[in-house]
Amino acid sequence: MAEKRLRILVAKPGLDGHDRGAKIIARALRDGGFEVIYTGLHQTPEMIAEAAVQEDVDAVGLSILSGAHMTLFPEVMRLLKEKGAGDVMVFGGGIVPDDDAAKLKQMGVAQIFTPGSSTEDIVKWVRESVKPRH
Amino acid sequence: MSNKTKWLETTYKQAAERPLRFSTVSDMELEPLYVPSETPGDYDRTLGYPGEYPYTRGVYGSMYRGRLWTMRQFAGFGLAEDTNARFHYLLSQGQDGLSTAFDMPTLMGYDADHERALGEVGREGVSVTSIHDMARLFDRIPLDKISTSMTINCSASVLLAMYLVVAERDGVPWEKVSGTIQNDMLKEFIAQKEWICPPAPAVRIVTDMVEFCARRVPRWHAVSISGYHIREAGSTAVQELAFTIADGICYVEEALKRGLKVDEFAPRLSFFFNLHNDFLEEVAKLRAARRMWARIMKERFGAKNPRSMMLRTHAQTAGASLTAQQPINNVVRVAIQALAGVMGGVQSLHTNSMDETLALPTEEAVTVALRTQQVIAEETGVTNTIDPLGGSYAIEALTDRMEREALEYIARIDEMGGMIKAIETGYPQREIAEAAFHFQRQLEQGVKAVVGVNKYQTPEELPIPTLKIDPAIEERQVQRVRKIKRERNQSAVKEALLRVAEACRSGENVMEPICEAVRREATVGEICDIYRTEFGTYEDPGWI
Repeated sequence: MAEKRLRILVAKPGLDGHDRGAKIIARALRDGGFEVIYTGLHQTPEMIAEAAVQEDVDAVGLSILSGAHMTLFPEVMRLLKEKGAGDVMVFGGGIVPDDDAAKLKQMGVAQIFTPGSSTEDIVKWVRESVKPRH
Repeated sequence: MSNKTKWLETTYKQAAERPLRFSTVSDMELEPLYVPSETPGDYDRTLGYPGEYPYTRGVYGSMYRGRLWTMRQFAGFGLAEDTNARFHYLLSQGQDGLSTAFDMPTLMGYDADHERALGEVGREGVSVTSIHDMARLFDRIPLDKISTSMTINCSASVLLAMYLVVAERDGVPWEKVSGTIQNDMLKEFIAQKEWICPPAPAVRIVTDMVEFCARRVPRWHAVSISGYHIREAGSTAVQELAFTIADGICYVEEALKRGLKVDEFAPRLSFFFNLHNDFLEEVAKLRAARRMWARIMKERFGAKNPRSMMLRTHAQTAGASLTAQQPINNVVRVAIQALAGVMGGVQSLHTNSMDETLALPTEEAVTVALRTQQVIAEETGVTNTIDPLGGSYAIEALTDRMEREALEYIARIDEMGGMIKAIETGYPQREIAEAAFHFQRQLEQGVKAVVGVNKYQTPEELPIPTLKIDPAIEERQVQRVRKIKRERNQSAVKEALLRVAEACRSGENVMEPICEAVRREATVGEICDIYRTEFGTYEDPGWI
């Protein structure tokens, strides 16, 4: 039987419209063989957690360039837990200073990719780190 | 066989050529050499003289010999008084115009106390919710003397109204107020993605503002037709040029439908272009833009006033070209990009700060960015002669080619029924996403180099100081907003908001009712909620 394809939700929380990175990552992950669902812009943490549950994804990738990462990452993770999907891996990227990235990892964010990361590295990381939930 | 072909097949072929793809940052392949036969246009018709049609060589007769460009650094963070202090600092350092960056909630039409504003208040720009914030923002700034640019779009009508009411309270008549509001909704749907309602009503509000300013605030630029964000979203230079001019065409058509005469409003349309790393491509783009706009205004729209044909533009160096790695290198990128803007004949310029990929800029970084413009203006000598690259075979060939390729895009958009229709089908959005993906692949394959990122990396990087926004600011602003909402005359606000809603429904110009609503302390979010109710909201189609 063919291995189940990983399902990844690429999500863009917050109010800003910087979707260049999110779209490139979504497309690179799709080309890399994953099933990708892209939420589109301006999602609330609630909308993202709900989409993750509805779409039964294995991981959520958050793209945040607004500086609100310290609010948005923990909130998405809290809501996932609340919806019984605390095992969905959360990773992300954007303009996140190193000390914030370290704090986020302590809170359970699996990985933070900062500007200059290659899509190849991100695809490789997802392939190696994300495990199917079922 | 032409002499050039002969040269290519003999002398050039025998010389060494590095195994590279010789193309611009937009991946437009270039010839090793351009010769006179490749720029065949009639001089007077295609180039002409500065200050004369078709303005290829510059919109003003004496260009920088008459007046330097306006040095206008974009600034905004925290509370209104924080940004006001930065404004006073920039003016004291020789800057001559202001440019305001608002935070995300303000840009999207939410009050600071809205749940969607959580974590974003004052973070990427200044938070303005009510007329009181606007008054603090421009405290001790003479609005009849300093021109102000405001980068805001879907909620622009409210912010312009607030600015005008502040001027009114300072005793400055609207006729004397000068500045620019970005207010380019088409490029929001195409690239920057800050919106409230769908494209058609969004453009209707823009047109209300064009009409209102033409009649009441004659020195105000009601829309700044922007390629900047299109490029930042990953477009090529030609796409930036094409979609920007196509957006301009759409605004002109909408204003004409409203019954305005072209020469009544077109002199106050202004533009905003990006300045990327590829020097020749950027200079050519700006020259092509001027020629295209002049011809379109004259031939397509029958403009008679030369000012309607003059493409006057602000420009900003490319944020997306800056790197988090080895950030001090960004000073060099910005200098080269700014030089391209000056060689391209811009009227106003913002130079990015080296730390902007990391955070909002520190005062030190902003100062270096401003000094970069001052060095170009005062030391390099490029301002001594007008359009100094004009007549370069390469520049002229590139100018012609970019104009040709951009006109092909515009023809396609016309066939689709214009820019609003094209946006509704996702055409420009997909073209840009495709170009962005193509560039990313070229970067990862090493076809394109970015110093410090995929070439000449340093293993250990020392952090540079960055600006930190105090999280306590949000709470303070939220408290302020709640206090205003408690203490104002509620029935006066309610009545004014109903008037705005009526104007939305009846088709009456919304600007007067909005001015009255902000006088009565109605907030950005409350007025934008009227738009949400009356016109519906737009959701991102999420095209990948």
